[in-house]
Amino acid sequence: MSEAKTIHNAVCTFCGCVCDDIELVVAPEGKSITRAGNACELGRAWFLEHRIEDYPVALVDGKEAGLEEAVDAAARILVEARFPAVYGLSDTTCEAQKEAVAIADFVNGNIDTTTSVCHGPSGMAFQGTGESTASLGEIKNRADFILYWGGNPVEAHPRHFERYSAKAKAAYLPGGRADRTIAMVDVRKTRSASEADIFLQVRPGSDFEVLWALRALVRGKYVDDSIEARTGISLETLQDLVERMKNCQFGVIFFGMGLSMTRGRHFNVSALLALATDLNAFTHFVANPVRGHGNVTGADNVVSWQTGYPFGVNFNRGYPRFNPGEFTTVDVLARGDADALLVIASDPAANFPRRAIEHLKTIPVITLDPKPTRTSQLARVAFTVAAYGINVPGTVYRMDNVALPLRPAFDSPYPCDEEILRAIKERVCELKGIGRREVA
Amino acid sequence: MGSELKIINGRVYDPINDIDGEIRDVCIRDGKIVESVADDAKVIDAAGKVVMPGGVDMHCHIAGHKVNLARKFQPEDHRHDVQPRVGALRSGTGGTVPSTFTTGYRYATLGYTTAMEAAVPPMGARHTLEELHDTPVVDKGFYLLLANNVCLNQLLEQGRHAEFRDAVAWWLNKSKAYAIKLVNPGGDEPWKGRKNSNVHDLDQPISGFDLTPRKIIKALIDVSNDLGLPHPAHIHCNNLGHSGNYATTLETMKTADGRRAHITHIQFHSYGGEVGKNPTSAARQIVDYINEHPNISADVGQVMFGKATIMTADAPLTWLLRNMSKDKWINADTECESGCGIIPFSYQEHVYTHAIQWAIGLELFLLSKDPWRMVLSTDHPNGGSFENYPRLIRLLMDKPFRDEQAKRANPKAIANTSLLDIDREFTMREIVIVTRAGPARLLGLENKGHLGVGADADITIYDEMEDKEAMFNAARYVIKGGELFIDNHEFRFDHEGSVYHVSPSYNPEIERVLKPFFEDYYSVQFENYPVSDHYIARGVTVPTGQSQP
Repeated sequence: MSEAKTIHNAVCTFCGCVCDDIELVVAPEGKSITRAGNACELGRAWFLEHRIEDYPVALVDGKEAGLEEAVDAAARILVEARFPAVYGLSDTTCEAQKEAVAIADFVNGNIDTTTSVCHGPSGMAFQGTGESTASLGEIKNRADFILYWGGNPVEAHPRHFERYSAKAKAAYLPGGRADRTIAMVDVRKTRSASEADIFLQVRPGSDFEVLWALRALVRGKYVDDSIEARTGISLETLQDLVERMKNCQFGVIFFGMGLSMTRGRHFNVSALLALATDLNAFTHFVANPVRGHGNVTGADNVVSWQTGYPFGVNFNRGYPRFNPGEFTTVDVLARGDADALLVIASDPAANFPRRAIEHLKTIPVITLDPKPTRTSQLARVAFTVAAYGINVPGTVYRMDNVALPLRPAFDSPYPCDEEILRAIKERVCELKGIGRREVA
Repeated sequence: MGSELKIINGRVYDPINDIDGEIRDVCIRDGKIVESVADDAKVIDAAGKVVMPGGVDMHCHIAGHKVNLARKFQPEDHRHDVQPRVGALRSGTGGTVPSTFTTGYRYATLGYTTAMEAAVPPMGARHTLEELHDTPVVDKGFYLLLANNVCLNQLLEQGRHAEFRDAVAWWLNKSKAYAIKLVNPGGDEPWKGRKNSNVHDLDQPISGFDLTPRKIIKALIDVSNDLGLPHPAHIHCNNLGHSGNYATTLETMKTADGRRAHITHIQFHSYGGEVGKNPTSAARQIVDYINEHPNISADVGQVMFGKATIMTADAPLTWLLRNMSKDKWINADTECESGCGIIPFSYQEHVYTHAIQWAIGLELFLLSKDPWRMVLSTDHPNGGSFENYPRLIRLLMDKPFRDEQAKRANPKAIANTSLLDIDREFTMREIVIVTRAGPARLLGLENKGHLGVGADADITIYDEMEDKEAMFNAARYVIKGGELFIDNHEFRFDHEGSVYHVSPSYNPEIERVLKPFFEDYYSVQFENYPVSDHYIARGVTVPTGQSQP
């Protein structure tokens, strides 16, 4: 390859925004990206810093190994284990995610995704309360009232404002930012908060109380002015917010991990989803989680359609069971249940609680990652894989459940997650005597 | 496994080929029905058994964004109904919204080999195809929601009919859909843009457009016929569930003006009475119209007592129901294209409305003179799961059973219908029509729904039994594409199933109109919107082009 190649409308998988308008210029040597037009600073770093480095394609017990040998070793670990667990999956394609669920099914193992450590509580709240929601384009087109709760889009999702929400110009709201009211609820004044029309600085750990008071006010119930002492927000401020929410044309609340992973967790999210539902008695109102990883929403979808449940699923009995707190990976590790772990595109050894990591260190681990991680350094079998979206095609789901096709920029010498997982699955089936088409 | 198979001694029902319970052989080679096979072909002795084509469900909700929301919404519905893994056949969960693999296996267990997902916004096509890929055994396809499409509505209100037609054809192509679906035409704009209001009259202007629901309905019926699609416009009428809505349904059918149209889950649109009060039965008025108008077909959308899940692109309806039950509710808007509402539901015998819905559905079946145009569905899972079909078949075939069930339901509701006065019992031939031959013909699937030479070898063999519910509950043999998926009640062979879609031609210049619209209104790039062939592992492009009168 001698000329620079340009990929139009490439899809960035750095965060859940999954911007699909990136213009990538590939260096003439075809091994790096020199320009990522339209990308934010996070997206630019994701694309421009990606290099094909010279790692072995696989390590078994720390020694370089061929692919076939490593696949066999991985399959044997999974087949021999009594409680193998599969984890990660939020930074890979749906095509790979499907293979991972199949492996868990065939080895009667456990499957869980990084949802269990980010918006898992939101998933549980959704099951209890329901959710009024919308694709991001509908919000862009219509939302004249936008409230962010427990998130910092300016720094975590830098193009969220411009593409989907606060600053987006749209057919029905041609003035963009000027046509919208932006409110922000957080425990500290972030860079996002300083761009809002209204900022409510809640006392840490009091989100639930604020949400419940808002629900009461929406329903015309009495709220005592002691709410201010409890939450840091005056009754008057809450009343003003409620009036704005009830009187808008189309309202939305975006919520982040500042809500789902702080005191109250799924109770917080339930309260927020119920608030958005209640407001539909007055106007059109929706709520959307702001998701982090590029394809964490795809993982929720794939695991759901294949098993019926979004995360924290266990196949020990030969069929799926769901129980967050029992079958979520932190718990299966911390309790010492899992006796093998297959990790795809995640680094639990770097960010799990100490007890979970201690157990992880005592069991055989298999990793698939484009780069060495803390977890891969502990792994019995470590695969180096091509990066999705940069080297690998496939499907990802944006945070609002819209599926998008990846447009890779250049080839990688490494196989992709899907190929390795499929090979492991096939080896598992061979070892267990499961015919691929013949059933009996 | 050889590719030749011969079914002998079975009682064969094949209404398309005028075979009504004759003992005869059926020969299969390479996935197709043939005249004869070699002497050493594998033989299935079907003595004492009934042989018929595989079932065709022309209206169900089994794949895509809305289905998956409903699926992960109800862990309580899965927990009690598990599907263990059998060899290479994947495990899953059931309930009213089963996981994808389980959906395929359970349809096949009942003897169904084709199922069409009935409501997909174009933006959800990619997701739907991903799920259909994981829905094994059955052949499948989906209908594309176009009656609340902002871009199409703009073309229509500006009278740009040629571009409207090209845009519809473009959308069918780019999403790999099978037919055009209308849901509550014109209702999304007031719902999303005017504080959750709705349209209630076909001639009421739609806020934001110089349009009425009638104009949208007419345009999409016309374009379906003009493009020569194998299945006509598939219409979920306005005012679903409201008392007195039969008048809207009649108006919708009249709007077709003699051209082909399909009214779906018509039971939900056959209510008399006044808005806001208890419904009465208007089954007679609806059936009379359809009996007289061969251009109209319908599926019933029978309600079955027990657990259901309401999931529909008719979001305002679910908000109404939610405010009665105060139970959990999902609303999910898709930009420029659709709305969606989901609630868990339960039809109860003692409740007046539920009992009359149940009875009206049965009246529609039993009063209809032409089973080819009034076919079986429960609008799975809206009226109940597809797993209720065997019971529904028994209700149609067995008058004493039906009356006994009716007596357990709200007596005031049953007395407000003619159900107890109807003596008709469906024959086996009529059951085969409403579950197989009829839907296949309405869908324009020429190789399905019959056992003539050249047909797809999708065949079900049931034990002949007095209790028709037991009989249809589990086929003894299910042959899909010429291979035995179920052999003597056991899963034998996995099968992927094909995706059926259409590809009508259009003027490519239409993209010059659509692209600027996308840039203004959509949140995805125009270039990333079309679904590539990669999402269909096995596809069948059904020909179009013969413009229908």
